[in-house]
Amino acid sequence: MHISIRNLCKAFGNVVANNDISVDFAAGQIHGILGENGAGKSTLMKMLSGIYTLDSGAVAINGNEVLLGAPIRSLQVGIGMVGQDPLDIPVFTILQNIAAGAQIAGHTQIADSFAAWNALLGFELQPHLRIQQLTVGQRQQVEIIRLLITGSQVLILDEPTTGISAAQKDALFGALRTIAREGKTVLFVTHKLDEVAALCDTVTVLRAGSLVGTQAQMPVAKDVILQAMFGDRSAQASFTVGHHHPNGTLWHLNDVVMQSANLRLGPFSQEIAAGQIIGLAGLEGSGQTLYLQHLAGMRLPRSGSIRFLNRQLVGARHDAVYLPADRLHEGIIPSMSLVEHVQLLHKHLLDPGQTARQKVLQLIRDYNIKATPDIALELLSGGNQQRAMLALIPESARVILVEHPTRGLDAYSAESIWHRLQERCTRGTTVVFFSADLEEVMTYSDAIIVFYGGSLSRILDRDTLTEQSLARLIGGVGFAEVMQ
Amino acid sequence: MNNLRLARAPLIAILVALLMTTIVLATTDAEAISAFTVMFSGALTSPSRVADMVMLAAPLLLCAAGLSISFAAGQYNLGIEGQMTVGGVISMAVLRQYADGGNVAVYWIIALLAGALAGAAWAGVVALLKQYTRVSEIFVGLGLNFVALGFSLYMVFGPWKRPGVASMSGTEPLPDSLWLPVIGTTRVTLITPLVAVIVLALFWFLLRATQWGLEVRASGLSQPASRRLGVPAVRRMIQAMLVCGAAAGLAGALQVLGVYHALVPNLASGIGFMGLLVALLINADIRFVAPLVLLFAVLTAGSIQLPLSLSIDSSISGVFQGFLVLAMIVARAFISIKERA
Repeated sequence: MHISIRNLCKAFGNVVANNDISVDFAAGQIHGILGENGAGKSTLMKMLSGIYTLDSGAVAINGNEVLLGAPIRSLQVGIGMVGQDPLDIPVFTILQNIAAGAQIAGHTQIADSFAAWNALLGFELQPHLRIQQLTVGQRQQVEIIRLLITGSQVLILDEPTTGISAAQKDALFGALRTIAREGKTVLFVTHKLDEVAALCDTVTVLRAGSLVGTQAQMPVAKDVILQAMFGDRSAQASFTVGHHHPNGTLWHLNDVVMQSANLRLGPFSQEIAAGQIIGLAGLEGSGQTLYLQHLAGMRLPRSGSIRFLNRQLVGARHDAVYLPADRLHEGIIPSMSLVEHVQLLHKHLLDPGQTARQKVLQLIRDYNIKATPDIALELLSGGNQQRAMLALIPESARVILVEHPTRGLDAYSAESIWHRLQERCTRGTTVVFFSADLEEVMTYSDAIIVFYGGSLSRILDRDTLTEQSLARLIGGVGFAEVMQ
Repeated sequence: MNNLRLARAPLIAILVALLMTTIVLATTDAEAISAFTVMFSGALTSPSRVADMVMLAAPLLLCAAGLSISFAAGQYNLGIEGQMTVGGVISMAVLRQYADGGNVAVYWIIALLAGALAGAAWAGVVALLKQYTRVSEIFVGLGLNFVALGFSLYMVFGPWKRPGVASMSGTEPLPDSLWLPVIGTTRVTLITPLVAVIVLALFWFLLRATQWGLEVRASGLSQPASRRLGVPAVRRMIQAMLVCGAAAGLAGALQVLGVYHALVPNLASGIGFMGLLVALLINADIRFVAPLVLLFAVLTAGSIQLPLSLSIDSSISGVFQGFLVLAMIVARAFISIKERA
């Protein structure tokens, strides 16, 4: 199916998300849509898939204009989208989920189509497993098959490689090539250049809501794409990563056992020095969140003691700020503005809002947030929300504990987040973070703790590790020697 | 432009409610225009009817103002009838201690405070059970309504029954000197609407102009996020429930002191639930509490004239109010769906 987009516009309040976009996507190809966070990629895709309505402009399929504006209408004309978080019903089996959304009578028919696609795409899904038993990558595979069974001719994937394993990524790329060979149109949204290079037939770059140049056939030189994505900023030298010198002990952990419903760490003892950046490495779910929440005082150890600044840690502390991975639900109040957040943080019994507003304007400048003081945070892009969260951490914070500090962000946004974190660290704040991105852990940490199989390592000096040796430790090779 | 958009949902809702009520009236061969005329203006045709309307509006205002705080904290306080009832019972317990020659004003103040405290305590049970046993405040609140009603019936027909015979008309009336003074020959006691308006103003200020109010709203919108921002979310939610319960208890005490002058079997008489209707209608936005309470009071008091002048039962105003709330909720949801799209 050939999609023609003409003069598409979309704004949220004063923020223009898509500005006069015109582009064609030919059938039988994989089209990369590149741009940094907040460039307008997701907005464009959400309009195609009917989640957002168009402010103006038109969409034509095979030359015939279609009326979108509701997911069901997009599905009916054959446009299906696999979101960043697959929307499915966890207690249903794979087949039940597909049947619920497929609008096809006859379970045998669905089972047959499922088996056929499963085989063709090289997935190894077992149709009677419940969704809640699957990994993110497998749920994504289910979504893809569901859309294909529903008759989608256009498949939109929004940052599909976030949170899936390398093997699943290979399987996904293979499947997408097969789908394109079947004559279908694949729109592949990402901010990762190498993925576009490896997979896509064409590349379309968005920047600040507008199309940069025109769609280009791959291959295109990396520098050209970078220039398109970031403009002149890409030419700026990246800042140098400084080393921080620890001073004094912040946490004393003594024979601590940390336990959650399905995980148990320890017993172990540790002393953690202040004023440095500590990276937690390991496969996701190896206890990093549990560890961070204990350092924050949000959870108390099953046994043993944690002392913070030489005092027993008995509950969450205001000067130890924890940034959860699910920021939109746990980190900020989506319908409230920056002004209201600042008012919540800085308690003045009766604040007419003016001092808060002054402060917000300062934060917007300092942290380069694209927002007005009174706009609800839910209307900002991911990168801006993340910068806003960072901006909202009070200067008095001694500790910032953060999960996936730059997940889902493009290189520029990620670097600017790290720039702020490093600044904070230089001024004496201790940063403890975990990331699935090995390179990120290696680049920004002064010290590293490796999590593996319910245990954690000593605090390792970053300079004693290489990316390869760290990767081996995460996989358990040689872990016994560094174990706590 | 923006104001016009804000007014869309209410306008649609009023039209739908009028239409649906007309249909109900038409199916019973009643004359719709005159019925609406009586409903909307019946309460304003004589001083005594205005008085009835005011004495209904005051407790309703207290309940709706309280609910706008508990709703802001994300709590559905369906137990408000029970909180009002318990407020009435406890204030009655205070007033029964009065002996001739006592300082009336002191008894009034203690009775009103005791009523408010009792309502707050009743709401506190809901809030604590919600926090510590994870039972929905809706179920706890509804359950406690029955307990409160049973408690008041027990007092009316048991320990506090009239000498010789228990009566549906309530306990022995309080001595005349304890009755709140009325204006002229009407049934309006100045103190009742005055207290209601002061409480509304206070709640408005609390919710819209103080840090406490901002924190209550934040807790209602997202508990984990507000906790992360340093807001004591659980405490704010419990406090919001206590404040709402206090307003309801105060309303119950005012009914005893100013309207019934006794404890009657059904003291709350649906005023709490009508307050819930008002809160739902205006999305618990405290700015609209006063006008909507006035409208509901006018409709309810006005429709009392219906059986006399048109031989239509007064409950038709309930049909209109019900349709109004339903249509408003649907219209609002519909518009927000359209806007999100």
